Amino acid sequence: MATITLENVGKTYPGGAAAVQGINIAIQDGEFLVLVGPSGCGKSTLLRMVAGLETITEGTVRIGDRVVNQVEPADRDIAMVFQNYALYPHMSVRQNLAYGLKNRGTPAAEITRRVDEAADILEIRPYLDRKPRALSGGQRQRVAMGRAIVREPAAFLFDEPLSNLDAKLRVTMRGEIRLLQRRLGTTSIYVTHDQMEAMTLADRLVVLNGGRIEQIGAPLEVYRRPASAFVAAFIGSPAMNLLNATLDNGRLRIGSASLPADVAGSGAVTLGIRPEDLRRTAGRADALHMSVDYVEELGATRLVHGRLEGQKLVCTLSADSTLGDMLALEADAGALHLFDAGTGARIN
Amino acid sequence: MVEDRPFLNFLAHAVLILGVVVVAFPVYLALIASTHTAQAFSSGVIPLLPGAEMANNYMTMLGTGMSSSGAPPLGGMMLNSLIMALIISLGKIVISITSAFAIVYFRFPFRNLAFWAIFVTLMLPVEVRIVPTFKVVADLGMLNSYAGLSVPLIASATATFLFRQVFLTIPDEMLEAARIDGAGPMKFFRDILIPLSRTNIAALFVILFIYGWNQYLWPLLITTDDRFYTVVAGIKRMAEVADAVPQWNFVMAAVMLAMLPPVLVVIFMQRLFVKGLTETEK
Repeated sequence: MATITLENVGKTYPGGAAAVQGINIAIQDGEFLVLVGPSGCGKSTLLRMVAGLETITEGTVRIGDRVVNQVEPADRDIAMVFQNYALYPHMSVRQNLAYGLKNRGTPAAEITRRVDEAADILEIRPYLDRKPRALSGGQRQRVAMGRAIVREPAAFLFDEPLSNLDAKLRVTMRGEIRLLQRRLGTTSIYVTHDQMEAMTLADRLVVLNGGRIEQIGAPLEVYRRPASAFVAAFIGSPAMNLLNATLDNGRLRIGSASLPADVAGSGAVTLGIRPEDLRRTAGRADALHMSVDYVEELGATRLVHGRLEGQKLVCTLSADSTLGDMLALEADAGALHLFDAGTGARIN
Repeated sequence: MVEDRPFLNFLAHAVLILGVVVVAFPVYLALIASTHTAQAFSSGVIPLLPGAEMANNYMTMLGTGMSSSGAPPLGGMMLNSLIMALIISLGKIVISITSAFAIVYFRFPFRNLAFWAIFVTLMLPVEVRIVPTFKVVADLGMLNSYAGLSVPLIASATATFLFRQVFLTIPDEMLEAARIDGAGPMKFFRDILIPLSRTNIAALFVILFIYGWNQYLWPLLITTDDRFYTVVAGIKRMAEVADAVPQWNFVMAAVMLAMLPPVLVVIFMQRLFVKGLTETEK
């Protein structure tokens, strides 16, 4: 159990390329923090810096009260779950779980107790004497988590642990990881590129882009008030519509269409509207008229893809609605997200 | 092949059988020769069926040797060959696995230079550098010793290269997981790398044992004391007799016996050997 504090952390490679810079995060004891971002955003690098697998070139990382910049990974009191599990193929499951404890000189009786306990928690007791190659993907994933649990570390670090599993198993394991973390109350950092995984698992989300933090916040807060156009497009599925618009004295103009806006000023802006915030309207004078290109049926809902004044637009409608070639749509004023057209920062 | 055509099947088998015959016939002749009297082979007609002298020939070779050509009994020579082959193959494996470990897992100045220096020695087999090597071994007083027989042949670029390739296929996460599990470099080497290269070590052992056993030129050059003669070089001494007809029955009996240990090694390590060359899962 521990807090993890990152102060002004940065990593610059010898060639001068900066992988991450200026990262400040304070992770509370027992918190589940998810680092999310597109590939190459530095999220894995950041996690590996906390683990001690990458050197830290700027700033300090603290686990508990201890600065761990120069501490070996084994002495940081953390456990890591890797994307490809990294189980030792020549050892049985039991030996895999026990290896870290053995290296620390834990007494044999204590090792047996902890391995059995972890095996019970993860329901892998029947496989304890098998080799990893005789296990399915989901079982290997459990063993990898077991290897983390037996250590009883101050923090768990997960590096995209579910991305090698099929979609169905991923959802199941996602739930199990969340449950397990709640039950053990161990501070955790979880890296993923899947925004759905990030939303469902996190106590707090950190959205990274280009080695910098775009936004930190609870999942719903990030979803409802994205701090930038990047976050707006990244979080939420289907992705938020981003339209080029002009702010003109309290009105937003998109081509010939216009909407009321509660922001003063004028100039070019990026208007964000979530597909699920758009709904059909009848007879409203300033309705948005969208031409329909094609429809994706999802069962309960349907995604309608089309164009508004030449710009691509997606909206989520209920499956029983009848569609013509044109749709009249409206959205609440509170559902409009305005971003600076240049920097992408939130305006309203 | 997927097709099932009688003619192609026949052709394929004919080619294979022909190949086997070409390779196996000389071995068969050697076996036949070792079962006849010395005269049978110099009479002009080579016999193709086994003779009656087998026990006699083999007992002579193992027991007394061929005193006429200065060859000691085979037992001692085979023991020398075995010791030399074992030192060479085990030495090569130990040296090359540790140097591959250093090259793959440690960052040190001139690491690439070290690797290429090892690699370049591939182009300088013993035969090419035999005179300077002989000089060095002679100056060190290692003529007529097991060390002299084996040490100059131990350094191995091929094996280092092979282990390097094996280590490169082991994912980095394995090393990282081991680091987090508190394993230092040597512990990682012992607990993870060596077990994971087990089949490769076995395959390499088979190849290197045969390489060591079959050494001919080098032992011939540096052994003048018959206590250190090796069997492969010894056969050469038997066949080369002055003012007499070579006793082919005895020479061939020696050949058959000399072939035995490598064949046994291949037979008993075949399973691991094939696994080591083909297995990819790490």
